[in-house]
Amino acid sequence: MQPEAPPNTPLLPLRFERVGYRSRSTSLLEELSFSLDAGPVSVILGPNGAGKTLALRIANGLIAPSSGVVSWNGGTERARAESTLVFQRPVLLRRSARANIEYALRLRGMARKECRSRAEVALGALGLSKLGDRPARLLSGGEQHRLALARARALAPTVLFLDEPAASLDPGATRALETSITNLRDAGTKIIMTTHDLEQARRMADEILFFHRGRLLEHASAEAFFGDPKCIEAKKFLARELTS
Amino acid sequence: MSSRTFPIIALAIAMLFGCSPADETSEPEAVFIILGSTTSTRDSGLLADLTERFRARTGIEVRVIAAGTGRALEYGRRGDVDMLLVHHRPSEDAFVAEGYAPYRRDLMYNDFVIVGPPDDPAKIRGTSTATDALAAIAASESPFLSRGDDSGTHKKEHGLWAEAGIDPGPHSGTWYRETGSGMGATLNVAAEMAAYTLTDRGTWLASANHQDLEILLEGDPPLRNPYGLLPIDPERHPHVKFEAAETFIHWLLSDEGLDAIDAFKVRGEQLFFADRSDSGGAAAVSD
Amino acid sequence: MGWIGDALAAAFELIVGGDPELGEIVALSLRVSGTALLVSSVIGLPFGALLGIVRFPGRRGVVIVLNTLMGLPPVVVGLGVLLLLSRPGPLGHLGLLFTPEAMMIAQSILITPIVAALTRQTIEDAFDEYGEQLRSLGAGRLRSAATLLYEARFTLLTAVLAGFGRAIAEVGAVQIVGGNIAHVTRIMTTTIALDTNRGEFALAMGLGIILLLLALAIVGSAEILRGVANRAA
Repeated sequence: MQPEAPPNTPLLPLRFERVGYRSRSTSLLEELSFSLDAGPVSVILGPNGAGKTLALRIANGLIAPSSGVVSWNGGTERARAESTLVFQRPVLLRRSARANIEYALRLRGMARKECRSRAEVALGALGLSKLGDRPARLLSGGEQHRLALARARALAPTVLFLDEPAASLDPGATRALETSITNLRDAGTKIIMTTHDLEQARRMADEILFFHRGRLLEHASAEAFFGDPKCIEAKKFLARELTS
Repeated sequence: MSSRTFPIIALAIAMLFGCSPADETSEPEAVFIILGSTTSTRDSGLLADLTERFRARTGIEVRVIAAGTGRALEYGRRGDVDMLLVHHRPSEDAFVAEGYAPYRRDLMYNDFVIVGPPDDPAKIRGTSTATDALAAIAASESPFLSRGDDSGTHKKEHGLWAEAGIDPGPHSGTWYRETGSGMGATLNVAAEMAAYTLTDRGTWLASANHQDLEILLEGDPPLRNPYGLLPIDPERHPHVKFEAAETFIHWLLSDEGLDAIDAFKVRGEQLFFADRSDSGGAAAVSD
Repeated sequence: MGWIGDALAAAFELIVGGDPELGEIVALSLRVSGTALLVSSVIGLPFGALLGIVRFPGRRGVVIVLNTLMGLPPVVVGLGVLLLLSRPGPLGHLGLLFTPEAMMIAQSILITPIVAALTRQTIEDAFDEYGEQLRSLGAGRLRSAATLLYEARFTLLTAVLAGFGRAIAEVGAVQIVGGNIAHVTRIMTTTIALDTNRGEFALAMGLGIILLLLALAIVGSAEILRGVANRAA
């Protein structure tokens, strides 16, 4: 437990100190130490099986680490209320698109009327205004991802975690989603996302955390990472010679 | 529950409540008594006829639970019924002696018959008494069906075997077969298996499924089957509706009740014979 | 093959003839089994949902017992309720034996484990799919259970119908606790048993056909409702 932080303290930075995660006897994450500050889009990049998603879930608090400490400048309690995670395959409820957003807001204890208006704003921001009454599960893949993002946006998080956004979308839908994410960044939301897609990382990232086999091998600005990667694995990955 | 589906089901059910004819809450004043009786009186339709007449006369509803005599007596001991109409004299006398009923009254009698396949492998057509017939069935090891359910008929059958000096128990599962079912069900089995069985005439006549079975022996005096009335003693079970039960007993023993019994016919045949030996009928109850 | 024709003719006559006694028997059957369905849903759905979501020591054992209780023999339930409601029994003073209420109690006991066990399985599967998402949105266990009951509503309709089907087709329990009293506790299955004992096979089979048609109508309309609703959500 962290000591209670004063109310005006910024929530970030988020710090990992020697964080490890083991499942049975296999070590999935080892000795992760880094700090993420407000502002830049932080992209956790790496091949499949690098532990990106796991690290994201530990950062979000969905999973407790086996060892080490995850800490927020503003305290874990506030982080729980002020951050949200959009899953790689978002799970939408069997109800209308608008009701999906309202449900998440109701869970935060918001009055029904305010839920309604905030849901409307969120739908509009993601270009979903016309689809508000449609059953969420019957939307297209791209629309479902945008709805998940709208749901997250409506919660007005300080920190937005995104796990492999647009992983299974066509290029048009991907571009639309990425524009929405960039808009959120511009509005002041801290974006922490994972991807295995090099091109997406180039488009989105301000800073890169390069993961390989459960370790953080490089933490650098996007410019530095793509211009002059330090480790051999990153060089191979950028040359598309590293698959796992 | 947050579902929209279930309130619809609930509504449908609520509608059923509203229109159900069997809803007793709509007439809270209705008096009813529960009569524990035997399948023979119900299956023949006699009780429906009698209780209908009685209700028209007094407004009292009689709800009939038809079980074997053994089970009916058990319901009586537990106080789950208000009165009994059963047919096994020794058990009835014991019931009164144990203090569960203040008295017993003869109401009527019918008779038992032995039915069996027309080719009659045990040759019981030639015999004149039930004990001889059972002895012949045992000697030829012809299939015989027993109710095996502790009913009045079952108890009667046991008495007859004892009189014949035969214990069929060890043969259970070979030629002696116990159905553990009511009379109607046992007749169905007998018809399928072409077996002998002891049945009351009422159930026999009321059954629509005789197939090849025929009455092979009747008229032997021990086959007479008296029915007794027993009200449950309110000192044993204070909740029983003793007064209403006595009202029914008085009515049954009145000329109106006894005449109704004699007038009741199935397929043109009289099934039950009112017992007028308790002369004075209703007056005899008050002793 | 004559008996099939006889049975169909009997069923036809019963329906077309508008026999008031048939109407009474069918209405009581629906009232008894419908109430049992309602009771078992009110208990079984939340219980099953919580059991599907909440983890506690001994949970596996509870699930095994619940699944076993799905196969409760009606006659045993009937006997148990008889002893419960009989005058010397713990609830004897209520005078409920041989009433429709006694039959509702027996059928509720019979089918609540069915509704609960099928709900448990459904909600547990749904929780695999939704659990992490709900948790990340901040839903607690109780809230998750309620949400998943709604999410799985179409699958749960099948669970509830399975319970109803078992109740309306059951004879062993209602025969014992109801007593098959004409106009009071006589329902479709006890009438079929009675007609069988009377050797009135065609009549019994005719009633059986009506029972099947009724079940078909109920399950069929539920299925249609589900199809329509499913397309809309």
